Amino acid sequence: MSVHVDQEPTTSVPVPVPALEVRGLVKHYPGVKALDGVDLVVRQHEVLGLAGENGAGKSTLLKALVGLVRPDAGEIYVRGEPVKLRSVVEAANHGIGMVFQEQSLVPNLTAAENIVLGSEGIAVRRGLYRWNAMRRLAQEQLDKIGSSIDPLARTDTLSFADRQMVEIAKVLRIEERSQHPPVIILDEPTSVLESKEIETLFEQIRRLREFASVVFVSHRLDEVLDVCDRVTVLRGGQSVGEVATAGAVPGELHRMMIGSSGSDDHYHGNAAAPVLAEQPRLSVRGLSGKSFRDVDLDVAAGEIVAIVGVHGSGREDVCRALFGAEPTTAGEILMDGKKLELPGTRAACAAGIGYVPAERKTEGMVGPMSVAENMTLTKQKARCSGPLVAPKKQATLVDSWISRLSIRTPGRDTAIQRLSGGNQQKVVLARWLVGGDIKLLLLDHPTRGLDIGARSEVYRLMRELAGSGVATVLLADSLEEAIGMADRILVMNDGRVAAEVACPNGGKPSPLDLVKEMV
Amino acid sequence: MSWRDAGPPAALVVIFVVFAALSSQFRSIDNVQNIMDAAAVLAVVTCGITFVLMMGSIDLSAAGVMGASALTVSLLVANNRNDNDLGILAIGVAVLVGAGFGCVSGLALVFLKVPSFMATLGVSAVGLGVATLMFAGVQPNISDAMLKSWAIERFLGFSHLTWIAAACLVVGWLIQRYTRLGRYAFAIGGAEEVLTLSGVRVQPYKIAVFTLAGAFYGLGGVMVTSQLGAGLVQAGDGYDFSAITAAVVGGTLLTGGRGGVLHSAVGVLLVVVLTNGLVQVGVSPYWQGGVQGLIVVAAVAAAVIPQRRRNQVVK
Repeated sequence: MSVHVDQEPTTSVPVPVPALEVRGLVKHYPGVKALDGVDLVVRQHEVLGLAGENGAGKSTLLKALVGLVRPDAGEIYVRGEPVKLRSVVEAANHGIGMVFQEQSLVPNLTAAENIVLGSEGIAVRRGLYRWNAMRRLAQEQLDKIGSSIDPLARTDTLSFADRQMVEIAKVLRIEERSQHPPVIILDEPTSVLESKEIETLFEQIRRLREFASVVFVSHRLDEVLDVCDRVTVLRGGQSVGEVATAGAVPGELHRMMIGSSGSDDHYHGNAAAPVLAEQPRLSVRGLSGKSFRDVDLDVAAGEIVAIVGVHGSGREDVCRALFGAEPTTAGEILMDGKKLELPGTRAACAAGIGYVPAERKTEGMVGPMSVAENMTLTKQKARCSGPLVAPKKQATLVDSWISRLSIRTPGRDTAIQRLSGGNQQKVVLARWLVGGDIKLLLLDHPTRGLDIGARSEVYRLMRELAGSGVATVLLADSLEEAIGMADRILVMNDGRVAAEVACPNGGKPSPLDLVKEMV
Repeated sequence: MSWRDAGPPAALVVIFVVFAALSSQFRSIDNVQNIMDAAAVLAVVTCGITFVLMMGSIDLSAAGVMGASALTVSLLVANNRNDNDLGILAIGVAVLVGAGFGCVSGLALVFLKVPSFMATLGVSAVGLGVATLMFAGVQPNISDAMLKSWAIERFLGFSHLTWIAAACLVVGWLIQRYTRLGRYAFAIGGAEEVLTLSGVRVQPYKIAVFTLAGAFYGLGGVMVTSQLGAGLVQAGDGYDFSAITAAVVGGTLLTGGRGGVLHSAVGVLLVVVLTNGLVQVGVSPYWQGGVQGLIVVAAVAAAVIPQRRRNQVVK
């Protein structure tokens, strides 16, 4: 990995003012401190990498830099001047622009319209379009990055890589607004690109450096080291270090990202030894879909298997596919040796599979409905006698689960959206338990957004369920969580199972062992 | 224009050919003129509603707004109720009245956060109420020569109303293609959030789109008055849903972001040709409503096939 490192540009200014500087930025969310005094310096004409695990505060920091999040404390300086950024437009006026992770183009407009959107200038006069002027304006921006895209092509007919070029061209419009070299933030730009497209993008980034500063964020550390001049590492909402990329290796960054703390104690309960039956409870062979290929997976009754992988590794889709919520192209899923007739989520439910989705608020619960309704949503039989709901039966059932899982709620008729996140999650879990026929639980980030107390309760619950013979597939929020909870860990990389790591009590792997396989 | 947009025109050609083969009556010049004349008012109303649908909103106010504008114009031109004789000016006022109602819908949507479905339903009722007040129990019959001639006199074989509708479609197409208003209406339906993130204030454009649509309904009300020779509260009866049907059959999505004025023109012709053709080939009047409904549902189902995906939520 040979990288030509650009030193400070030799200008006449004795000490060049940083293009962008952040000092002591703090942002609280209920229950979480997303930013805890972050410092960051982006020099002029450099490519700065930003690295950190999920939840390290990267995205909050980026949002603060483009005015989408208002920090509680701290200062942002642009070319030495303190600024308050209250909106994307204000950030753009100061020359800061971001290429968002989810692309932010209007799909049914032309590339040219997207590039000039919001600052059409001479392309629209008195509300009337002047298509020729618009094409010229857009072409100017596209020329800056040497792109040959037809400006009048509809955006949704372009390839993903081309759309990204349009997005970069759009961001470069801020150069005209601020009359200064811009600061361009690229949030995970490579996550869905092919390797050839990534190379093109990197050339683009090196070209941008000639007239701009770039902040580059990626999960793939080899890329960060490849394209950046310097890397700032975030952990727990703080900047924990800075690395010049010349001669640096990914391992160094990993250590800084993960820290020395290792696994927390509260993950380690007394994991029940898995019941080693003749056949595994869940057996997956050669499962393939849009974003994963040839996945083999066995889970025994009572076993917790974690799947880890970076963003884009395909693990979320595998999890959803097991529940029949994602189409598959090949492979089979066996429950207790019986083939599941997917697609469709009904077959999975009937086979005793339960799924706790990552997006609790939109996919996991019906917010305005009561705790009791949410709990009995799937296993209707449990609360009915005949075709009708039996209120007494439902009340008894729901109350018993409220007390068994110690769900803190004013009552079973309270709307679930009024409970805290942890208690909501317990209700979502209970939905699969009330039928008494649960065999396999698919937990997609079950502790996302929960505070530590609620997390440990969810962990305790997972252990109890495993102890009672439920097989569990876990997509953990962090590597520590996966290591602490799982009996076995599957590492996914680029849609394939890259490694399987035994994870018994007393013989836990270290996060670094897993990271090796993830990137 | 992608291949997805080719469906409705193809369907129009097929239906036309089938009816023409089945009925010599259908393929006569006279009948083609009838079809175009019958399509005129619907085309104008649909042209207006298209902009609203492109944004992903809905507009149910056409019937009420048309009633109000019909009464406005019939009481301002020469008529049997009063001594007014404003001529062309009256038509302008009626269009402005329509625009005003549309503007109210837009304001309710943007400032009171009333969903467009309810806001426009309310405005429709208000429009009917205003029309009823103006009607006051005595039907105003118009005697204005120009307005009456619109429905009767022909130019190159088509009534003036048909030419007015054609002009409206051209204007609508120009607005859609060459004004920021038209392009933003399209973009709002595509990805409103992106516009906001790009520093565009979308609210004024939403209000403007509803106002524009209201103006088209206003003109529609005037055209109906010309056809009837009198101002009726019920002038716009049924046009609200016919227009939505025509737009959707033409390929404009109710979720916004796709379609346009030309699509809607095709949709209008589809609906009108279907109605006319079923009569000409002798389908019993008892069957016509049901058959027409089935064909509409089938057309829309065919149009959304490319977009279907698993676990899709359809409301």
